[in-house]
Amino acid sequence: MNRFSKFASVFLLAPFSVFAQNQPADSLKQIQLSSVVIIGQQRVINKNIKVLSSLDSYLETNNAVNMIKRGAYAWEPMLNGMATERSVVTIDGMRIYGACTDKMDPITSYVEVTNLSQANIHSGQAGAVNGATIAGSIDLLRRQSGFGGKPFAGSIFSGLESANLQKIAGATLQHSSANFFADVDFTFRDADNYKAGGGKEVLYSQFTKYNFSTTVGYQLDPHQQLKASLIYDKATDVGYPALPMDVSKAEAFIGSLQYDKHVGSSLVDYWQTKLYYNKVTHIMDDTKRPDVPIRMDMPGWTNTGGFYSKLNGEISNHKWTANLSGHYNTSLAEMTMFSNNPNEKDMFMLTWPGVHTLYTGLFLEDKISLNKQWAASVSLGSALHHNVVKDDFGYESLKIFYPDMQRNKSRWLKNTAVKMSYHKEKWQFDFGTGYGERAPSVSEGYGFYLFNSADKYDYVGNPEMPNEKSLEFNTSAAVSKADFSVKAQLNYFRICDYIIGFNRTDFIPMTIGASGIRMYGQLPVATIFNAGLSLGYRITEHLQWSGNMAYRRGNSGNLNLPQIQPFSYGSAFKYTDKSFIAEISASGTIKQTAYGAEFGEVPAAAYTVFNFATSKQFDLAKQKIVVKAGVENLFNRYYATFADWNRIPRMGRNVFVNVIFGF
Amino acid sequence: MNFLKYTSIFMLILLAMSCKKDSPIDYTVETANLTLVKTIASGSHNIKIYTENGKLQTGYNKIYLQLANADGSLINNAQLTWKPLMHMMSMQHACPYSAITKVADKNTLYQGYIVFQMAGNTSEYWELQFDYTIGSTTFTASSKIDVTAAAKRNLVSFMGTDNTRYVIAMVTPTTPKVALNEMQAMVFKMQDMMTFPVVDGYLVKIDPRMPGMGNHGSPNNAHLTQNSTNKIYQGKLSLTMTGYWKINLQLANAAGTVVNGEEVTSTNEASSIYFEVEF
Repeated sequence: MNRFSKFASVFLLAPFSVFAQNQPADSLKQIQLSSVVIIGQQRVINKNIKVLSSLDSYLETNNAVNMIKRGAYAWEPMLNGMATERSVVTIDGMRIYGACTDKMDPITSYVEVTNLSQANIHSGQAGAVNGATIAGSIDLLRRQSGFGGKPFAGSIFSGLESANLQKIAGATLQHSSANFFADVDFTFRDADNYKAGGGKEVLYSQFTKYNFSTTVGYQLDPHQQLKASLIYDKATDVGYPALPMDVSKAEAFIGSLQYDKHVGSSLVDYWQTKLYYNKVTHIMDDTKRPDVPIRMDMPGWTNTGGFYSKLNGEISNHKWTANLSGHYNTSLAEMTMFSNNPNEKDMFMLTWPGVHTLYTGLFLEDKISLNKQWAASVSLGSALHHNVVKDDFGYESLKIFYPDMQRNKSRWLKNTAVKMSYHKEKWQFDFGTGYGERAPSVSEGYGFYLFNSADKYDYVGNPEMPNEKSLEFNTSAAVSKADFSVKAQLNYFRICDYIIGFNRTDFIPMTIGASGIRMYGQLPVATIFNAGLSLGYRITEHLQWSGNMAYRRGNSGNLNLPQIQPFSYGSAFKYTDKSFIAEISASGTIKQTAYGAEFGEVPAAAYTVFNFATSKQFDLAKQKIVVKAGVENLFNRYYATFADWNRIPRMGRNVFVNVIFGF
Repeated sequence: MNFLKYTSIFMLILLAMSCKKDSPIDYTVETANLTLVKTIASGSHNIKIYTENGKLQTGYNKIYLQLANADGSLINNAQLTWKPLMHMMSMQHACPYSAITKVADKNTLYQGYIVFQMAGNTSEYWELQFDYTIGSTTFTASSKIDVTAAAKRNLVSFMGTDNTRYVIAMVTPTTPKVALNEMQAMVFKMQDMMTFPVVDGYLVKIDPRMPGMGNHGSPNNAHLTQNSTNKIYQGKLSLTMTGYWKINLQLANAAGTVVNGEEVTSTNEASSIYFEVEF
């Protein structure tokens, strides 16, 4: 670090400050169980200057979320220090299963920022409404212009980024009338390999992505609405520098039909029902890699059909929700290896052996306003989770490891949570506890020789594991004054039967170069502790300052869990004058001392990076043009964080320009 | 499907027979799943040789036989023995083979097995001689037979450290699957050039590997131990994917001493004795 950046870091970090857009403490008495990340680019409250950044970058601004990076694309969201098996990620309440056995296609990779208006992030059992979870939930809400708006509106946008020559282009169109609305949007992104700090090119980090989405709504009468939504997303030529393979095609079709009824009775206020279907195809191969011990293809497919039916109501001081939901998923993944000896037949196996999952759950929640200061929230959920290994080939394969295995496995999952909230003037305190259970994921239950490129082990699922169980405690305190706000949050998860891979030295690994075989099993107890602090201070009318700090700890005795965020900080000064915004920010972590060496982790070094961005809106007669530009990683620092798979370096200095023309 | 098809044909024939009492019973149906390899003619009879794939190959061959009169009618009361003999340039030798018995639930079908250690060629060939008795009359028939080389190695023949020559032949799996396959093999020793008795009480250790894929192995294999009733060595062969597998072997005697074959280690890629499967 040069002298200037040292000076700048002292200057910026003295007060720690925020990018996290946690919803400001509400003046309502109801408990805020979620934090919200605003995504919709045309929404005034979208404070993100790099408005066309990926959804991943938006989610990462939330203190509860870390994004595991395996490349420049399709980052995996970790919630409260836990990877995607332990959380539920939905789009408007719809369940979608990624089709990659190596987690290269989290649900968040199949949507675009233009499809969405916001992400609701719930921690722990507050997120159990759409499915059994341990860590919580991320529900991505679709953008829709609604009834009775402008008859015709839209935008054309374009962006450029220097570090990977990413080109972004797209358009949105909206039509709205009293009884009908339609939204259409299209986004295209194309990026080359990015350059890390110092200028070194990171090979296999390119990607191309197309996304199309539409939502139409029709109002049957003032109390009944029908909505249909479709997202089609296709990524091609996606490189994963942290992994030995790339993706030639990742494609999702996500459709839904929704019926809303405003009941308005004294008991039931609102009824919403949705039917949905989605299909994901993920084609992974190593054709672009020049030097591999053996060529292989690993395609995967998932199909999910489901529904939910949600009732809301208010009776005196009770505000209640009931959600009945269900889905049926099929997950299948193959691996074909092509022998270097052309006379030998191809080697074929099913890595996800045709696993079908039927899930049906009921979730009830009641928010009670006890008096002027106190409010409570109680939730209760129960679900039936049923797995069948449908494919005979796959069933016979798994029976190699489990000769007595049954095709069917049923589980009963329970969850409950209680939260108390005290609110007085500018202060709010919350504390709560919860209990939840989850079933093993498809990979954890039924995976067959899934190679983990971090710890270099082949993983084999374990279908008979008992449910993972979590007991959680959370508390938060917030004060929000005119020019000053602070929010501190703590949560603690004590997870019993924590699912993780165990070495099996008696088995020989399949993958060439693998260290061994790990079979999923369970630790008696693992604990995860998360702490976050957000600060905001209005220095002058135009100058605002925000900061945040986060810390996590995840371990089971002496065993450190992998990808756990070390102490991290962020700080930003923002200057706003009418439609002009300028922001300078810094973020970083201290050296990672608690790392999962058992899982192939090496400690990530300390780093601080600086960013600068400006934004200006030009108002024309009826149109507006927004120009946003900035520099990320100003000092072109070479760094890798705890969340970078195999510690691939992050992007070096990146100059970006976003232009949005709205009409 | 084939089974269903043939069963239904069989049922139809049964039905037809029940209507026409006079017609002779058609026993060709007893060879419905089999393919004719060769018919050996003696003066008055034809010996029809069947196998499942219509071939005689190196390794273990399950062989079915029918004995027919000149008019084609089948004989069900014969006593048969056989003797395979290899005519080499410089010598002659036999191979391991079973006695011939009647197939339990069949009327005209006989069965046995022969383990050919080598394929025939233009100058060296196998001859199969039958001696059979019908009533009190004895007959003899013999013919040259074609034995081709199996595509993959399913037989090993070697001199053990105990100075005994052994033959191990793989019986199953004939159609390997990605699964825990039932594996069967037979172990013989060469007493002399003509006599190959079954070896009892040994252990056939197996270690399947994929040489094309870093020589990885597979879990939960079970070494082959002898079934005291049918004398066949039985175990479990785990194949975790399709492709070419080398099943490395070690033969251990009743005392546990390995008489041939080496353990696969990081420095020793394969045993000197092995079977192969590819699917």
